[in-house]
Amino acid sequence: MSMHKISVNDRDIICESGETVLDACLRENIDIPYGCRQGACQSCMVRSLQGPPPLAAQDGLKEVLRHQHHFLACLCYPQQDMAISISSPTEFFTEATVIEKSLLNAETVQLTLQCKETMDYYAGQFVNLKRADGLTRSYSIANNRLHANKLSFHIRRLAGGRFSEWAHQELNVGDKLEVSDPQGLCYYLPTSQENNLLLIGTGSGLAPLAGIVSEALHHGHKGAIHLFHGSREMDGLYWIEEMQELASQYANFHYTACVSRGDAPDGVVRGRANDVAMTLLPSLKGWRLYLCGHPDMVHQTKRQAFLHGAALQDIHADAFHVASATLD
Amino acid sequence: MSETTATLYEQLGGEAAVNAAVDIFYRKVLSDHRINRFFDNTDMDKQAAKQKSFLTMAFGGPNNYSGADMRQAHAHLVKKLGLDDTHFDAVVENLAATLQELNVPQNLINQVAAIAESTRNDVLDR
Repeated sequence: MSMHKISVNDRDIICESGETVLDACLRENIDIPYGCRQGACQSCMVRSLQGPPPLAAQDGLKEVLRHQHHFLACLCYPQQDMAISISSPTEFFTEATVIEKSLLNAETVQLTLQCKETMDYYAGQFVNLKRADGLTRSYSIANNRLHANKLSFHIRRLAGGRFSEWAHQELNVGDKLEVSDPQGLCYYLPTSQENNLLLIGTGSGLAPLAGIVSEALHHGHKGAIHLFHGSREMDGLYWIEEMQELASQYANFHYTACVSRGDAPDGVVRGRANDVAMTLLPSLKGWRLYLCGHPDMVHQTKRQAFLHGAALQDIHADAFHVASATLD
Repeated sequence: MSETTATLYEQLGGEAAVNAAVDIFYRKVLSDHRINRFFDNTDMDKQAAKQKSFLTMAFGGPNNYSGADMRQAHAHLVKKLGLDDTHFDAVVENLAATLQELNVPQNLINQVAAIAESTRNDVLDR
């Protein structure tokens, strides 16, 4: 064992032999959150900026967190010099041009942007879109990884929503926007291909889920893939035919559209998407879940899925918190 | 070394045992109508991590248990939601049922229950 250098917050500190990264940081008075100091509470989660950290320091973390080189400082005995980030890294933006704009339904527009630089993202992640005056909102990427320069978004018009109103009314093909680095942990990795996937989304929560489905099918995912898309009424749904078409092409892909109010026409189920899913799929042991959309739906479904046997680390969620008024 | 010198934590199976128990225990607690309302607004990932810390402590494992932390973490539940002995009893009951489900011998379950019991006054803020 020997000493290693740790670069953190623009400083270089020394991690002594037999010392954890957390202990070294605390000894050097570096501001780092921590709790149990034994790998349970995950308060001291940090990220390696130079390749993967020691495997033992990632014990108990979600696969997507391990994939992005997050680790627990209290469990980490460095094997080499390291550079780590305690706070989330500064956001980088790249320029993008609107190349397509079309209505998905009365309240949702699909926007396709051509980015100046190739984006390294995973299906299901989101970016921040920034208008010239700085107004910024988060939107999920709706396509798979194959279109590295072209990103699609589903922008739901919200009552009093400054960005969404502007995107619906004023933004045109040819206009420019800034796009942040992709973020978020609700994404698909082509591992454990035999696991079944359950995806539940409300409203424009279909965007990241459609990207994930497309990515999983592209990778030849072997387990069953069940997608439930819900809205209050029929006019909140979209891509019904597209998804039905996909389901007829792939034997392991199953799609259910749900409405929680009003009449459900043929081929659409009456009920909340999460309740319909839980009724049809009573045992979720070993399943991987992706939940996107209304925060109440996401919160409630996470609990339902856990009680139906899914492991917490297999539940990926992206709650769409909105800055303005209501969404269903 | 004879078997009796192994610590409770070792006899239970250490961290692997905690990992096996945490989901079962948390599912029982969330399904228990006597107490699940206390968990309505919690972040499940953070709560599971806390359950793991608690189980490690109750299993006699390495921990930084602090009575003051336990008191502070539950004080608002005592004041606002009426957390009392009956709820504490329900949690201990779920803990014992979890260990029974994992076929842990009764004498070890009793020891775990005794450690959990030692936190009662801190949890109930008295």
